[in-house]
Amino acid sequence: MPSDRVLSCADVAELLPGIVDGSASADLATRRHVEGCLRCQAELVQHRRLLKTLHHLRTEVLEPAPGLLTEILASIEAAGERGAVRSLLSGRRGAYLGGLAAATAAGAAAGAIVLANRARKRVRLAS
Amino acid sequence: MKPTAPIKEAPFGTPEPSGQDRLVEAAQAGDRDAFDELVRATYADTYTLAYRLTGDEEDARDVVQEAYLRAYRGLKRFRGDAQFSTWLYRITANCASTLLARRTRHRHEELNDDAVVADGRPEIDPESMAEAQLLRDRVSDALHDLPPGLRAVVVLRDVYDLPHEAIATELGISEAAAKVRLHRARKKLRERLFPIPGEETAHAV
Repeated sequence: MPSDRVLSCADVAELLPGIVDGSASADLATRRHVEGCLRCQAELVQHRRLLKTLHHLRTEVLEPAPGLLTEILASIEAAGERGAVRSLLSGRRGAYLGGLAAATAAGAAAGAIVLANRARKRVRLAS
Repeated sequence: MKPTAPIKEAPFGTPEPSGQDRLVEAAQAGDRDAFDELVRATYADTYTLAYRLTGDEEDARDVVQEAYLRAYRGLKRFRGDAQFSTWLYRITANCASTLLARRTRHRHEELNDDAVVADGRPEIDPESMAEAQLLRDRVSDALHDLPPGLRAVVVLRDVYDLPHEAIATELGISEAAAKVRLHRARKKLRERLFPIPGEETAHAV
C-alpha cells in the first residue's frame, strides 16, 4: 500500500487487534495516523489491555463442584470394562483378566489419592 | 453470570512437567493408574476451558466427561510432538462445539454472531479500576455473554493460545471463518469493556 494514503479511524481500527497480537504490522501510513490520532491511540491501548487480560485468564482455574473427578474416573472405568468385555467375547481372555487386575489396582490408588487430596489445602486467589 | 466456584492458580500452563510426560507414556502403554493420575492433574483445568466455552456449569461437566472418554479411547493416537494439555484442549473444544451445535439445532436457533452484547454495567469506567482482577472479572463476564460461536474462537485463541488451524479444525469451520470470528469477538469485547459514548459517529476522520 502507498504510504501517503489517508486512512480513516475505521480503517485503522480494523488493523489494531492484529498489530497488538503481532499477527500484523503497522505500515507507515497506519503509524502516522495513530501517532496523530488520540482516539486510535486509546483504542490501541484498550486492545492491549484486553489481550493481556485474556492471556491472564489462562492462569486461573475454576474449581468444579465436588464429584466431577469421581464421575470422570467412573465413566472411564465403565468404558474400560466395556472394552474388556468386548475383548473377552472376542477370545482375548488374558486381556480381560489383565484389565480387571488393573481396574482393581486403579481403584485402590484412586482411594489413596482422594484421601491425600482432601488433606491438601487449596490455595485461593484473593478476589 | 459469574462462576460460583473459587479460583486457584493453574497447575500448568508453562512447559509440561516431565512427570506428566512419563504418565502419558505409561497410560499409552495401558497403565490405567497413570491415566487416572493424568485426569486428576488436569481435570480442573479442562473444566475451566469447558466452562469458558459453554458458559454453563452443567454443560461444562458433560463436556469434561466426554473429553476424557475420548482422550482415553484415543490415547494411542496422541503423539509426543504436541503437549498433552494442548491435545486435551483440542478434544475439549471439539466436545464443546458438538454439544453447542446439538443444543442449537434442538432449540432451532442459530449461532448468531450478531447478537447484541449488552453491558450490564456501562457506568463503570475500566480506566479507573485500580485492580486488574476487576478487569478480569469483567472480561470473564463479557466472554460469557458473547455468542457461543464467537466466544469459542476468542477463548481458544487469546486465552489458550491455540493456532487458528487447530481452532478451525476442532470447531468444524474454515480458518478464514475462525479469523473473522476472532476479529468480531475482540471488537465486541473491546466495545463492551471500554464503551465510548457516541463512538459510532465520533470515530471518524
